[in-house]
Amino acid sequence: MSGAFRIPRAGRLSQAKTARFSFDGQSYTGIEGDTLASALLANGVHLVGRSFKYHRPRGFLSAGAEEPNALVEVKRDDARKAPNIRATVQELYDGLVAQSQNRWPSLAFDVGAVNDIASPLFSAGFYYKTFMWPKAAWKSLYEPKIRAAAGLGVSPDKPDPDHYSSRYAHCDVLVLGGGAAGITAALAAAETGARVILADEQAGFGGSLRFESGARIDGQDGYAWAQAAIAKLKAMDNVRVLSRTTAFGYYAQNFVGLVERVSDHLQNPGHDLPRERLWQVRAKRVVLATGSIERHMVFADNDRPGIMLASAARIFLNHYGVAVGKNVGVYTANDSAYSAAIDLKKAGVNIAAIVDLRDHPTGPVIDEARALGIEVNFGRAVIRAGGKLRVTSMTVQPKNGGGERTIPVDAILMSAGWTPSVHLFSQSRGKVAFNDETKRFVPGIYAQDCVSVGACNGTDGLSASIDEAYAAGVKAAKDAGAKTAKGTKPKVDASESWSRGMLGAAPGAGPDKTVKAFVDFQNDVTAKDIRQAVHEGMRSIEHVKRFTTNGMATDQGKTSNMHGLAIAAETLGKPIPEVGLTTFRAPYTPVTFGAIVSHSRGPLFDPTRKTAIHPWAEAQGAVFEDVGQWKRAWYFPKAGEDMHKAVDRECVAVRSKAGLFDASTLGKIEVVGPDAARFMELLYTNPWEKLEPGRCRYGIMLREDGFIYDDGVVGRLAPDRFHVTTTTGGAPRVMNHMEDYLQTEFPHLNVWLTSITEQWAVIAVQGPKSRDIIAPLVEGIDMSDEALPHMSVREGKICGVPTRLFRMSFTGERGFEVNVPADYGQAVWEALWAEGQKHGATAYGTEAMHVLRAEKGYIIVGQDTDGTVTPNDAGLDWAVGKKKTDFVGIRGLTRPDLVAKGRKQLVGLKTKDPKVVLEEGAQIVADPKQAIPMKMIGHVTSSYWSENCGRSIALGLVAGGRDRMGETLYVPMPNGVIEVEVTGMVFFDETGGRLNG
Amino acid sequence: MLLIRCPYCEEERPELEFRNAGEAHIARSANMAGESDDDFEKFFFIRSNPKGIIYERWRHIHGCARFFNAVRDTVTDKFVMTYKAGEPKPSKLPKNSNEMASK
Amino acid sequence: MAKAAAKTSASADAAERRPAQAGRSVSAKNIEVKVLPPAERMSLRASEASVAALSKALGLTLPKLPKTSASKAGRTALWLGPDEWFVIDEAGKDPLADCAKVTALHSAVGISHRNVAFAVTGPAAAAAINAGCPQDLSLEAFPVGAASRTILGKCEIVLLRTADDAFRLECWRSFSDYVFTFLSEAASDAAA
Repeated sequence: MSGAFRIPRAGRLSQAKTARFSFDGQSYTGIEGDTLASALLANGVHLVGRSFKYHRPRGFLSAGAEEPNALVEVKRDDARKAPNIRATVQELYDGLVAQSQNRWPSLAFDVGAVNDIASPLFSAGFYYKTFMWPKAAWKSLYEPKIRAAAGLGVSPDKPDPDHYSSRYAHCDVLVLGGGAAGITAALAAAETGARVILADEQAGFGGSLRFESGARIDGQDGYAWAQAAIAKLKAMDNVRVLSRTTAFGYYAQNFVGLVERVSDHLQNPGHDLPRERLWQVRAKRVVLATGSIERHMVFADNDRPGIMLASAARIFLNHYGVAVGKNVGVYTANDSAYSAAIDLKKAGVNIAAIVDLRDHPTGPVIDEARALGIEVNFGRAVIRAGGKLRVTSMTVQPKNGGGERTIPVDAILMSAGWTPSVHLFSQSRGKVAFNDETKRFVPGIYAQDCVSVGACNGTDGLSASIDEAYAAGVKAAKDAGAKTAKGTKPKVDASESWSRGMLGAAPGAGPDKTVKAFVDFQNDVTAKDIRQAVHEGMRSIEHVKRFTTNGMATDQGKTSNMHGLAIAAETLGKPIPEVGLTTFRAPYTPVTFGAIVSHSRGPLFDPTRKTAIHPWAEAQGAVFEDVGQWKRAWYFPKAGEDMHKAVDRECVAVRSKAGLFDASTLGKIEVVGPDAARFMELLYTNPWEKLEPGRCRYGIMLREDGFIYDDGVVGRLAPDRFHVTTTTGGAPRVMNHMEDYLQTEFPHLNVWLTSITEQWAVIAVQGPKSRDIIAPLVEGIDMSDEALPHMSVREGKICGVPTRLFRMSFTGERGFEVNVPADYGQAVWEALWAEGQKHGATAYGTEAMHVLRAEKGYIIVGQDTDGTVTPNDAGLDWAVGKKKTDFVGIRGLTRPDLVAKGRKQLVGLKTKDPKVVLEEGAQIVADPKQAIPMKMIGHVTSSYWSENCGRSIALGLVAGGRDRMGETLYVPMPNGVIEVEVTGMVFFDETGGRLNG
Repeated sequence: MLLIRCPYCEEERPELEFRNAGEAHIARSANMAGESDDDFEKFFFIRSNPKGIIYERWRHIHGCARFFNAVRDTVTDKFVMTYKAGEPKPSKLPKNSNEMASK
Repeated sequence: MAKAAAKTSASADAAERRPAQAGRSVSAKNIEVKVLPPAERMSLRASEASVAALSKALGLTLPKLPKTSASKAGRTALWLGPDEWFVIDEAGKDPLADCAKVTALHSAVGISHRNVAFAVTGPAAAAAINAGCPQDLSLEAFPVGAASRTILGKCEIVLLRTADDAFRLECWRSFSDYVFTFLSEAASDAAA
């Protein structure tokens, strides 16, 4: 027997399929198909949690997603333990391990419950009032303590071993909610041939048909009809049916986010299944059939375990076959609780009494309850619940005062009425309207192509809901472009009908200030707190909400918002619509980070780009650095070498013999067309018209404001064809910048741009031996200095494959950059490497590349410039065509500030002590003895140890730098001031003779 | 995620394929070098940032790669219409933006 | 797979060609993802007036409608933009050479090595691509022959539908490991 409270022949689960589980270390038996909540209740367990602020014992309020109390931790292993799982949603599997949260040392005896006794200290807004002083204590004392004491559950501290997936989907009609209305709308739309997606957060479909025992549709029991309809929908090619799938956010243009819980309900999910799947659905039309949520009654101690919504008790009975008590009291202000009492009574549970706040209600359910011998009291209130870890009694009093009577009970079912679930409608930016007659907010003005049907639209009664849903389903499909409907509308043979209920506090909610009549269970907000907020001056519901935290817990006020609003309105003496309703925001229920991140973790967090030569460098033991998304070989350490030794060796080898460097990541753009040179003239500061085919030029690109944007060597392959290189990091933005000007400012030019970054692998061969290494492998290119001088480019073959061979240098040595189609990159590198071995060549990485270029004073855009540096500032005025009448940035360069004296200029810096290497980013001052804060006149942009120079070298931006040659400046550091001399930018081979050496 | 109608691809495509490129209809002077400081300031630094209708440039960067212009309402975040680069600023806007977008 | 794995070279003593991800494949129920062998590729840019001459030289009619392609004798031209076509030749014929003779205004740039191609096939192919591609890949919206530059996860791709349940997907070379890994994960989820 799976629990003493399981009622034979009740519910829809098969008693044969049992599942063992544990809660707080105690073993229990449930049935497959149970939720953790129904399984615990079947075993008579009501106490499952402690509340957030007062640590009050809590049980189950609901049987669904709106649950504020029954939050537990479900643990598969140390890494896979999920806190704050609603026990009413978590499906049972054999071996499930759960434990309670927010209690110490145990659930039944919780030290934190002292907060309940001391509760006058913790009234509304107490965070704001109490922890004001001293200021310093907030960070060190208050915040850590509050966080430790408050918290709901503990996050796992290990990486999540589960995986998550995502899917974009498109459909004609998306139906959210799989109750009678949603199923009807989905059927109606699907029968037109439209592409339909139907999603419901529950494991099974049917919505309130799961508990409404009185519903009959198309000659069957309502629940059975729902299952048959779902089976029919699943069999249709044009329909996708998603269970366990919550629509958590409704975004612009009918874009809806759904999370499908794929394997949380499985005993052994295996590795193939994701834990959750994120669906991002774009629907032409959306049908909202999200139903309504029952409200609790607000009275003293209404949070005792065993007190729950009437509909919850009905689901536990009619679906799971579980009685929530043996002697049950009912407190209601509407008819639906009667149906619960009737069902329980028929199942053999004693109903101690029904207490109805209404004075003279009439109707068939009331008659039926009486006929079954249930005691029914009108015009009375439950003013207090007895018991602590479990409700033991309810105290009843005429609502206008009078004698009290205490009735022993072990559970209380309550219903204040039903709140339409307008959350998604509101998220879609629709405006809700208050219906004064029914006292509820219903969809008013629509902002998107959606429609609400059934209970969420304030439509009462199954028959009316199905009529409305069917028409809406047909219309949505038609509006989305589908044909006419072929189906038939379901016929309702019998149904239940409920009247309205009440909003706000019942007589048992005070005004006595010690009374705890909960409005928001999860955040421990009472009726008194809301009244107090108004008394303390909060007028807008938004302020009341923030001051009391009503509705701000993870359940987002699904049960509390309307009560809170009504109490605030009553206290303010204003009608409800004037006080307003707070905005509903995504997510509807909590969403895991895993689902949001989905595939984008581990190797898929961000693309890792590798060059064609990467495998060779890896095999050589290179250390890599990240440059944007690229992995670049940083240095190639030999056995026993640290980074400095390796870089020193690489730098010396390049200048004494030769070095090979993988420059494939450089951005490359092919500029083709008769107006190519004219376009280049406009995009770069340099003149290009007269550059002869076969020659190269170092180009500078500015933004319109005159600051350096990018640089690179450009080769002219033909009159109408340029091979442009960009910085590695700048490649995408330079391409975008060029396209922008070409398409929108210079569309008259006949020229096109193609990114060829990844077409060509680039091998830089630099050093006095570079020509000797390359020449034997090259066909069809004269390698003599006369035929191929510095800054030229030729097309030919190397190792039998096409090459664009550049004679150029970023080291100051004789140098070449060999471009070959990427798939040949590694083989050509290997051939060059083999040749290089005959000449003592080494492979060098990006660090040596940086040192070598700094020795020559070559800048790196983005390191020596920062978006506020002009060509003149960088000492590159020679690259600006003086006779040009237009180029991007030409006007910016003459802005008053850009031609003013005293601008920061790039200069060389030599430390007085040649062994001291400056820190990049260090600030430079003229007078080290001045008071702090010192006047900073510049900063170090590049700094290295140069083995070739036998000393440290640095570049820096210094105010009026070129007028300070030879001056001593100072770099104040934490452990002393470093003296530096301002010098020219070239530290090695000032005459440049080695380019042909 | 918004759907944006690309006037070159002639259909609505997901926002992920697009990139905003700032305010539209700010023409670069044919005589750039001769612009006054004030005119250059207006051209390069000053943007309107309206509440309501904004004319802006977008690029279908991960689609047809074209730059184009769009009229968007900054209050509702709805696109009123889109049109090709180089076309004049529309003198009249369509009333029903949804209708326009679905055409 | 043998084809993709085979190292192709231009001549006997020429440098060996080592295509990225060569030979990789993954399959699951209803889906297979496999890296395709190298192909000739060209980025073709031209104004309206040159289309006829280029079509003639290429031996196929360059498509003029957005999101379409044209295919003939192992050569496919994809419309990527109003003046941009992506030409793939799987028959070993170089489209660059064909365009070299054309005097009408155009730009032809060789990008054979820039891209890596994948075949994603099987009934779950669209679902797998939709793990990271936000476009509607139903046959109504993206029929056989439809082609588009778009997004897969955090990477730009070019997508071509080659059959009801088959796609050719191309990305830049250095993104190919990311794309293959993404498609592998997506395939196992789409098969589930």
